Amino acid sequence: MLSASARFTDDMPLRAGTLHAAVLRSPHAHAEIVSIDTTAAEAREGVVAVLTGADVKDVTTPFLIVVKEPMDQWCLAVDRVRFTGEAVAVVVAQDRYIAEDAVDDIAVVYKPLPAVISPLDAAKDGAPLVHEAVGRNVVSVREFTYGDPDRAFAEADHHVDLTIDYPRNSQTPLEGYVVVADYNRQDGVYDILSNFQGPFTVHPVMARALCVPGSRLRMRTAPFSGGGFGVKQAIFPYVVMCAVAARKVGRPVKWVEDRLEHLTAAIAAPNRVVRVEAAATKDGRVTALRYDQLDDYGAYLRPPMPGPLYRQHGVMTGPYDIPNMAITNRLVMTNKTPSGMVRGFGGPQSFYALERVMHRVAEVAGLDRLEVIRKNLVPADAFPYRACGGALLDSGNYQKAVDIAVGKGKLAALMKRRDAARKEGRLYGIGMAAVSDPAQSNMGYLSTIQTAEERKKSGHKGGNISFATVNMEPLGAISVTADSIPQGQGHATVLAQIVADQLGVPPDRITVNTEHDTHKDPWSIATGNYSCRFSSATAVACHKAAVEIRAKLARIAAQRLNVKAADIDFADGMVFARNNPGNALKLHRVAGVAHWQPGELPEGMEPGMRATGVWAPPELEPPNDQDQINTSLTYGFVFDFCGVEIDRDTGQVRIDKYVTMHDSGTILNPLLKDGQTYGAFAWGVGCALMEEFVYGPKGEFLSGTFADYLPPTIHEVPEPELYHLETPTTLTPLGAKGGAEGNVMSTPVCLANAVCDALGLENINLPMTPAKISALIHGEEPARPDTSTDKAGAGADRSRALTGQGSHTVPAAPEQVWAALIDADRLAAVIPGCHELELVGENEYRALVTLGVGPVSGRFKARVKLSDMKPPDAVTLSGDLAGPLGASSGSGRVRLTGVAGGTRVDYDYEVEITGRVAAIGGRMLDGAAGVVINQFFRRLTKRIHGADKTGDAGQLPFWRRLARKLGFGG
Amino acid sequence: MPQIGRNERVRVSLTLDGKKVSGLAEPRMLLSDFLRQQLSAGAVHVGCEHGVCGACTIRVDGRAVRSCLMFAVQAQGCDIETAAGLAGEDGELDALQKAFRKNHALQCGYCTPGILMSVTSFLDSNPDAGEDELKDMLGGHLCRCTGYVGIMRAVLEYAAARRA
Ligand code: FES
Ligand code: FES
Repeated sequence: MLSASARFTDDMPLRAGTLHAAVLRSPHAHAEIVSIDTTAAEAREGVVAVLTGADVKDVTTPFLIVVKEPMDQWCLAVDRVRFTGEAVAVVVAQDRYIAEDAVDDIAVVYKPLPAVISPLDAAKDGAPLVHEAVGRNVVSVREFTYGDPDRAFAEADHHVDLTIDYPRNSQTPLEGYVVVADYNRQDGVYDILSNFQGPFTVHPVMARALCVPGSRLRMRTAPFSGGGFGVKQAIFPYVVMCAVAARKVGRPVKWVEDRLEHLTAAIAAPNRVVRVEAAATKDGRVTALRYDQLDDYGAYLRPPMPGPLYRQHGVMTGPYDIPNMAITNRLVMTNKTPSGMVRGFGGPQSFYALERVMHRVAEVAGLDRLEVIRKNLVPADAFPYRACGGALLDSGNYQKAVDIAVGKGKLAALMKRRDAARKEGRLYGIGMAAVSDPAQSNMGYLSTIQTAEERKKSGHKGGNISFATVNMEPLGAISVTADSIPQGQGHATVLAQIVADQLGVPPDRITVNTEHDTHKDPWSIATGNYSCRFSSATAVACHKAAVEIRAKLARIAAQRLNVKAADIDFADGMVFARNNPGNALKLHRVAGVAHWQPGELPEGMEPGMRATGVWAPPELEPPNDQDQINTSLTYGFVFDFCGVEIDRDTGQVRIDKYVTMHDSGTILNPLLKDGQTYGAFAWGVGCALMEEFVYGPKGEFLSGTFADYLPPTIHEVPEPELYHLETPTTLTPLGAKGGAEGNVMSTPVCLANAVCDALGLENINLPMTPAKISALIHGEEPARPDTSTDKAGAGADRSRALTGQGSHTVPAAPEQVWAALIDADRLAAVIPGCHELELVGENEYRALVTLGVGPVSGRFKARVKLSDMKPPDAVTLSGDLAGPLGASSGSGRVRLTGVAGGTRVDYDYEVEITGRVAAIGGRMLDGAAGVVINQFFRRLTKRIHGADKTGDAGQLPFWRRLARKLGFGG
Repeated sequence: MPQIGRNERVRVSLTLDGKKVSGLAEPRMLLSDFLRQQLSAGAVHVGCEHGVCGACTIRVDGRAVRSCLMFAVQAQGCDIETAAGLAGEDGELDALQKAFRKNHALQCGYCTPGILMSVTSFLDSNPDAGEDELKDMLGGHLCRCTGYVGIMRAVLEYAAARRA
């Protein structure tokens, strides 16, 4: 990869004649599609086809979903858009530039509908409905009881109650989605190259949507993928979109997602509102938990959603021994981007609630926080431990792990540091968190959403199957293929190492090909790269395959060396008798027998030297009748503590020290494992302090660039201190548990606990941005002081509602100014960027203007209405603006007052902005509005004065005025 | 400055990793797209196309530049270096790449080529840069996989080796 010859999907060679796609997306969070006119787009040179919802509805069926409710979703919007950024049409053209131009040519008429953005609002009666046919936004409710939580709460000394509002975020891989789709008319096969990462539960979903058997949907991957983190699961609607397009045009179609598209419309981890309660004894023993979870899936439920709500289900008690629990799970739809798989997959949300409440229990009980954690951890002698929700924690020594972390990480010194800082009046806090780090998901966990009765009917689902193949060629070369679809986690390195260990050769002698092809490689629904599936799944399958090859080789060698197969050993490319190493054969010769001399093989042995290992751990049972479910195969343990200092002036949270302790069982490769931990930690820091997808009140998306959605840079991410304990799992032959997710679950809450400690807060929600922290320290920021006459944006908040007011003095009499303002032609000349302005009704204008904000500019159609007219004193302007970059609507009042030297024009306005401008130009809108307004008044002044000098310019013929406007003649 | 019509394509000739090459570009074509699509420069990665992530960083006449923020036509006659030119003809990695491998400074590798180009360019003009300066330089790159730990280690190791 370092030699820069890496082959990512976008680098892969294309078949001659491949076309390129660009997608038109909705600027509205919720709207009816009244009409779509693609004529102009289709007429553009280089455009081959334009597809809309009507085209896909003809040839595909809606995607299958988990909940049996009428919430149809196609790959392009049909009749209605339900989130900002939803794909509405796709243009297929000779190149991407032409396709994007043509996207701007498509004219869509929308009828905006009320949108519902917050999950709490959506859950209320009478809320606007995201899917009318369902009749409500809460589309699934399930209640679970384990043990006797009511009694535990009744008997508790302390009852702690917190409400968490966990934000939307995503690890946003640096490489976006890439799909190249081809359709072969002869055999009816869709051939897809993409950076889809699995799980392949989605393969049948795509095949069904395309109305073909699975064998006619060939999914292939490139050798490398630029990061996945779960996110690349949600590429599947685009796979179907490109497949349909390729079929229509009869040529391959390639689509590369850009960053704005990714941030706006790809995916987000579900935001979740959780009310969490804990019952505790006086001495800090937690006896029961109660969760009321409202998980927000955005506009559509895309499989395998609502995974995040159930993936942790068996282990909602974390690493603690808590015998009683009640859970209410509610699944709500809103007008936001559909939720999907993101690293941690429900863990960050669950553990935020659990570890915040554990922190509060200590505070409320007046106990030391570490003591409370220690007291509740599953005791070392209790393994294997069955959690009340059903998780089987097979092994661990949590107390020992905590002791190591506290000792080596010097918690006592950190306490002193905090005390010293506080003595100086600084804001310093310490946080802690302990989490279970689950790996290799039980494919049956999602069926917990059904009742036991329903499960009986639909069949019990469980398990998680993995495959890997080891192959030795006639001259002894060794190769490995596998179903893990890596995205940079170094799977190839580990697989080579596993095989090398078995066969006694150096790892660099082994060729690992991690590309995957459903037409040729073994796969199952569990195939893919997610929920830490590698170490306890594919690695084990590979180990099994290698063991099988080794056994086969040993038998062949035993026959030739005249010893028992059990006495054969492998090292340095030789196969030899353990007790007499001189009695040896070259490894490649032994392998060669299976190819060249099949007749000489031991009795009953099949020729060839290829083995596919299959691994399906029996512990992954379906949920039982009490709704207990062992959601994952292994559960690692992570314990973190940290010290943070908060800058009193800026509200900035600085991580002073961070210690993280992991027990991930046997570590297969320390360098790779640590790399995963550092990466998870960095995202955890991002979630804690910076990252959030922000929506305005009407569903306008406001985080469309990496300057709005802020991934942490090296400056925000310190190097954590890392400690390990290795308690091997007994459930896999390699002893490894997962280990790549822990810190995305532990770090956000550990930092939040520290911030609460520093500021003496009962609770806080993420992300803990300087603005939020400052507001907590100093109270809400006061309105910007009135230092200028033009206060554009004084009231602008995150909603990108642009409000402002100001005044300008125009050196002309009020009547003159009035005349200029209400005369269409004159107005056209003074509105910056105005190309056309025509009167369409009484005091109603239609205009075409070009406006630019920061990096974007575009043509907008505007409608402006003048009302409440009091000549020459005041007038109200209202209207809307629509264009490829977004839409806005608003109104303003203008007042004219005669003053010495002319007319003072006072104005105030309020404008709502949606679409691309809101998403990427938001930060610049205030400034841009100021510039446009200033320009307007400058031109107005010039115009009136010009008119004075030349008599009445308004009476000049149109062409003269135009010529003058353009700067020549007049 | 030469005027080019809106839909006109012009031939842009430049040196890419030591080889003279050329291709056709519309005036609005980004240099990153031109290098990838017309000249098959696979070591130019595009992560944001708005100048934030740094994945597209190349060297233009020695200076580190975000190729998504330049138009192809602006690179006429320039000497362009990408990470593909770092390794030797025989594929032998250069010292910085070796330091990256040794310190596990990459996972998916998508951010890597851009970082390599920033580091070489920065150290060419600031050979004595210390940890803080190097960190400031790396602050211009986003990596979603590594948490920057391995990257910082590799860069420090390489910088020290260069000075020695
Ligand atoms: S692609 Fe150029 S900076 Fe991100
Ligand atoms: S290694 Fe993946 S983004 Fe840096």
